[in-house]
Amino acid sequence: MLSTEFVNVYEVPENVQQILLNSCYNCHSNNTNYPWYSYVQPIGLLLENHIYKAKAELNLSEFGDYSVRKQRSKLKSMISQIEKGEMPMTSYTFIHREARLPPEDKNKLIDYLKTLKNTSHEN
Amino acid sequence: MLSLAIISWGAFAQNDYSSMNHSEKDQGKMDMKDNSSASASITVKHSKSASAVIDRYLKLKKALVEDNSQKAASESKNLFDAFAKFNLSAKSNSEQKELSEIIEDASEHAEHISENSGNLDHQREHFETLSNDIRDLIVIAGSDRTLYQMYCPMYNNGDGGMWLSSSIEVKNPFYGSKMMKCGSVQQEFTIK
Repeated sequence: MLSTEFVNVYEVPENVQQILLNSCYNCHSNNTNYPWYSYVQPIGLLLENHIYKAKAELNLSEFGDYSVRKQRSKLKSMISQIEKGEMPMTSYTFIHREARLPPEDKNKLIDYLKTLKNTSHEN
Repeated sequence: MLSLAIISWGAFAQNDYSSMNHSEKDQGKMDMKDNSSASASITVKHSKSASAVIDRYLKLKKALVEDNSQKAASESKNLFDAFAKFNLSAKSNSEQKELSEIIEDASEHAEHISENSGNLDHQREHFETLSNDIRDLIVIAGSDRTLYQMYCPMYNNGDGGMWLSSSIEVKNPFYGSKMMKCGSVQQEFTIK
């Protein structure tokens, strides 16, 4: 894993790492596991486009390269999107059951991200 | 770090985040937090370099005050273009890095707002972060007019939110007609 990975930029506890890997990393990182049907067109193209957009929006593999300002912005958006249930996207979790975010995990993740956001200094 | 040299601090206490929601996230940026009295006025240099950005930001704000999502989208597209045209090379090396980070972040927020016509809540959320960027931008790049930093403590489930206005009259862009008058002047940016 790269040093710019979100889970390396911060000292992310094991349980939160697991949640991130399960529910976020597949689209928002450079470690996409493409499923078998990604080789079936046009599903593959749709998925590719979806992941391309997701990574442009937030790439957890490159989080360490973001400016502190951008990191803060992204943390804020992550919290909001997860809180509102916009993320992970239901159109995605409908197929990728393993990426679903149960309420307990959701709370853990949000609490952790809020701690990060509140302690993120500009230096 | 923001270039503090261009600011005449007067007696500037704490910024919005640290004083209002116990968050420490911005304290590093404003090193003057130990000043005691809170007469909130900051002098920024007179400059037209951010004029287009300020113009378009204020138009975007107006659209949000009017609950006009579609207009907010088109105004923020204009704002996005103004960021793209911002002349960074005219700035000193020390200012360029911070300014380019501000502009990168702010451009993303402007883009989001322009892509979310029909979703006022989401537009407003990005507008709040965008407003922080614009504030930081004028602190470095200066302004061509007096601006007021307004603060609504209710926004975002009580975390609060700030915006900039060219008028001292409170017109809340986060709530629009629902709560037009929520907010107060937190800081004044005057021109040197």
